[in-house]
Amino acid sequence: MGNPDRSGMERAQSGRRWVNLLLGSGVLASIASFLYPAIRYIIPSEVAESTSRSVVAAQVSELKRNSGKIFKFGSKPALLVHTTGDEWKAFSAVCTHLNCTVQYRDDHHDIWCACHNGVYDLAGRNVSGPPPRPLDALQVNVQGEDVIVTRSS
Amino acid sequence: MRGVLRTILSWLDERFGAGSIEAFLRHKTVPIHRHTIWYYFGGMTLFLFVIQVLTGILLLLYYRPTPDDAYESVQYIVTQVRFGWLIRSVHSWAANLMIFTAFVHMFSVYFLKAYRKPRELTWITGILLLFLAMGFGFSGYLLPWNTLGYFATKVGTEMAGSVPFAGKWMLTFLRGGEEVTGATLTRFFGFHVAVLPGLTTVLLAGHLLLVQHLGMSVPPSVERAIAEGREQARLMPFFPNFLLRDMIGWYAALGVLGALAAVFPWELGTKADPFAPAPAGIRPEWYFLFMFETLKHLPPKILFLEGEFAGLVAFGLAAAVWVIVPFLDYRAGFGRVTRFFTGLGVFALGFMAAMSLLALR
Amino acid sequence: MKNALHFIIALIGTAGISVAAPPKDSCIACHAELEGKQSEPVKLFESDVHRQAGLGCADCHGGDRNDESMDSMSPAKGFRGTPKKAQIPEFCARCHSDIAYMHRFNPKARADQLSQYLTSVHGKRLKQGDTKVAACVDCHSVHNILRATDTRSPVHPMNVAATCGHCHADPAHMKGYSIPTDQVEKYSKSVHAQMLAEGDTAAPTCSTCHGNHGATPPGITSVANVCGTCHVFFEQLFVRSPHQPAFAKMGLPGCVQCHSNHEIVKPSDDWVGTGSNSVCMNCHAAGDKGFAASQKIAGDLAKLKTFLGRAEEILATAEHSGMEVSTPKVELANAHEALIKARVNVHSFNAADVQKLTDQGVEISQKAYQAGVMALEERDVRRKGLGVSLIFIVLAISGLYLKIRQIESTPRDQSSPPV
Repeated sequence: MGNPDRSGMERAQSGRRWVNLLLGSGVLASIASFLYPAIRYIIPSEVAESTSRSVVAAQVSELKRNSGKIFKFGSKPALLVHTTGDEWKAFSAVCTHLNCTVQYRDDHHDIWCACHNGVYDLAGRNVSGPPPRPLDALQVNVQGEDVIVTRSS
Repeated sequence: MRGVLRTILSWLDERFGAGSIEAFLRHKTVPIHRHTIWYYFGGMTLFLFVIQVLTGILLLLYYRPTPDDAYESVQYIVTQVRFGWLIRSVHSWAANLMIFTAFVHMFSVYFLKAYRKPRELTWITGILLLFLAMGFGFSGYLLPWNTLGYFATKVGTEMAGSVPFAGKWMLTFLRGGEEVTGATLTRFFGFHVAVLPGLTTVLLAGHLLLVQHLGMSVPPSVERAIAEGREQARLMPFFPNFLLRDMIGWYAALGVLGALAAVFPWELGTKADPFAPAPAGIRPEWYFLFMFETLKHLPPKILFLEGEFAGLVAFGLAAAVWVIVPFLDYRAGFGRVTRFFTGLGVFALGFMAAMSLLALR
Repeated sequence: MKNALHFIIALIGTAGISVAAPPKDSCIACHAELEGKQSEPVKLFESDVHRQAGLGCADCHGGDRNDESMDSMSPAKGFRGTPKKAQIPEFCARCHSDIAYMHRFNPKARADQLSQYLTSVHGKRLKQGDTKVAACVDCHSVHNILRATDTRSPVHPMNVAATCGHCHADPAHMKGYSIPTDQVEKYSKSVHAQMLAEGDTAAPTCSTCHGNHGATPPGITSVANVCGTCHVFFEQLFVRSPHQPAFAKMGLPGCVQCHSNHEIVKPSDDWVGTGSNSVCMNCHAAGDKGFAASQKIAGDLAKLKTFLGRAEEILATAEHSGMEVSTPKVELANAHEALIKARVNVHSFNAADVQKLTDQGVEISQKAYQAGVMALEERDVRRKGLGVSLIFIVLAISGLYLKIRQIESTPRDQSSPPV
């Protein structure tokens, strides 16, 4: 058997140990569950800028001259045009008439809306058909292989 | 573990007397009685303030304070940054929780007369801190540059303008111009992350030092009971007993905040359009509702004063009275309960609650 | 003596005329001094485009501008006087039909106004002796004629309807003619008038469809061509549709039959189908092919709108709870486009063609809806993550509670506090 006092003290000791273990593990686990999001938050995501501000629209090699490409800019479509004169132009692809998505026409060298035959020139100006306003122009910069489109200020 | 702690503490003690701080903390006690539960609310408010500072700093890493970018940057935080939704929602919810606990703390101190001599300065710094907290709330509300924030700011600063003489100056000072514009946003951002935190730090340091120096106040009724032998004076050590209990409360608050962020995420709303008409039912945050609602019910003219102005004057006077209540209720310093002030407190609390509920209807 | 007097009068008169005036013009000099109707042309002529070109009264009315005597207005000097109504077109055409002369002032000037006018209803009736019809000066004004591009000109696009309405909307003037007088009023309610009021000078006004100098209402068979000048797709579809031969057989005008000619308003989706606002029901009735087609088309449009609405709603909910849904939103724009194209395609009156477009839109909407569902599921994953952290928190709280109990159960501590 043993000294009843001693076993009482032993029980108290092990009880204390369990409580300390519970407290310690609870506190540590909870701190970890707070620190984990904070650390992941601090690390920048791949998308460094809001995609409604700046987007890599295409690679230089991807778009031949006299062709266009629709890409996502924020939550709206946008149009990137590589002109025959080797210029890069970008516009919001939302037609100013009734919001259809416009496209580049390589035979006419203009921008066309298939819904009601609206036509814009390569400066985005509405030249024919129902569109009441020009297309919003976006800024294009070529950095190495990337064609970067940003909202114009 | 203990040995390491001991070594560090003695190293610090040799350099700036950390030992005396430790000794003081070990001796700090908290009275135990019927009203002990109210002691927790000050610490809770402080804890929530720390949460605000931490989440606020994290938000600062991505937020941009210009009209072109503010809304988009908050949208970016909430959609693109990992756990950004969590940080942002916690910040917005904790702001409201903090102001709530601040009010509870203030009213409990009021009703338990803890403001009486020698704690008048603690009360004054506390009330000023409450005003600063509401200032934090008001300035922070504009920062996402969404419709709600924009129009709430417009209405709120408009009220400042209705004060004669100083009103025009106050309005242009707050707005950074005649209208709410990008200048207002920049200014409010400056208030929110620099001016108010600076003032708060100073006042908070004063408030906490006073509390440590003066100890915890025991309500007059308990003091009387102890003096008359009906009750025994009981104390618990602040460290570790009270602190462990504090921590339970803080953990519970964290749980509540996390749950709120995940189940009721704070809305982003739509980007502010200064030229669009104000949406129907625009109103300020809940802690300003009672003032908002009161002003709505005032008649166009009170005596010779314009209704809205009279209302603002009344609130101003009430705030001034509230700040100097320890000097008005000087009898409490002798342990005497003046029913008038208890009644005043009940009236204030009831009025604020009733007006807030009315505004929500 | 008389000459001297005239000289003095001329001198005084010249002093009152602006410095930018062309070289001495005795017509203006004298007439400025006269009263009432006689001096009115002088005031008006200040802003006239002919004056700016260096022309004067004598260039139209004949006579000698350098002669300060009354002889300046003699037939010997070529004076033509005020033309009668029936003579006005030829009066103006003396210069305006002379290409060589006009090109001195404007290399691109047209010289066919008179020949066009003679083909118009106004021109033909004038030749028959009807002096109530419009001739050059009725529209262009006289003595203060401005370029058509001048916003003050009565023939500027913004002002054309009012100018035509001057006669055509006046029942007293139009008495005896068999045409209505409500065109201007109807036009003012139209979407074209609205466009014009907003400053879009490309918007059609009376002369756009009726012609200006050769003003003639389009015939029944040519109305669709007129509308089709701008509304290209609609005309192309209509011409290939079963309505084209049917209308031709019945002598009904193309677009006007459903869209009206002057009071052209924005159409709505309930113009198709079988409801009370449907224009199809003006001719079709239950049981015929047109009724069935109309019903199907309206149904398909409504279906697309429903799916589109549902997708938009769920994506908005997801976005508001902080989920990233910009990609499905961009995709959904294509569904919008399908709806717009479907509405255009209504004019083929072919239910199958319309359905092809609405089906595309419905498919895109369904995909977007799915994306919204997934976004909301992701949001729920967060709640699970929260649950995990809550477990840790509960663990910590229980640990704290037990620790407190443990600390305060030893005899050296005070009796357990109420909290």
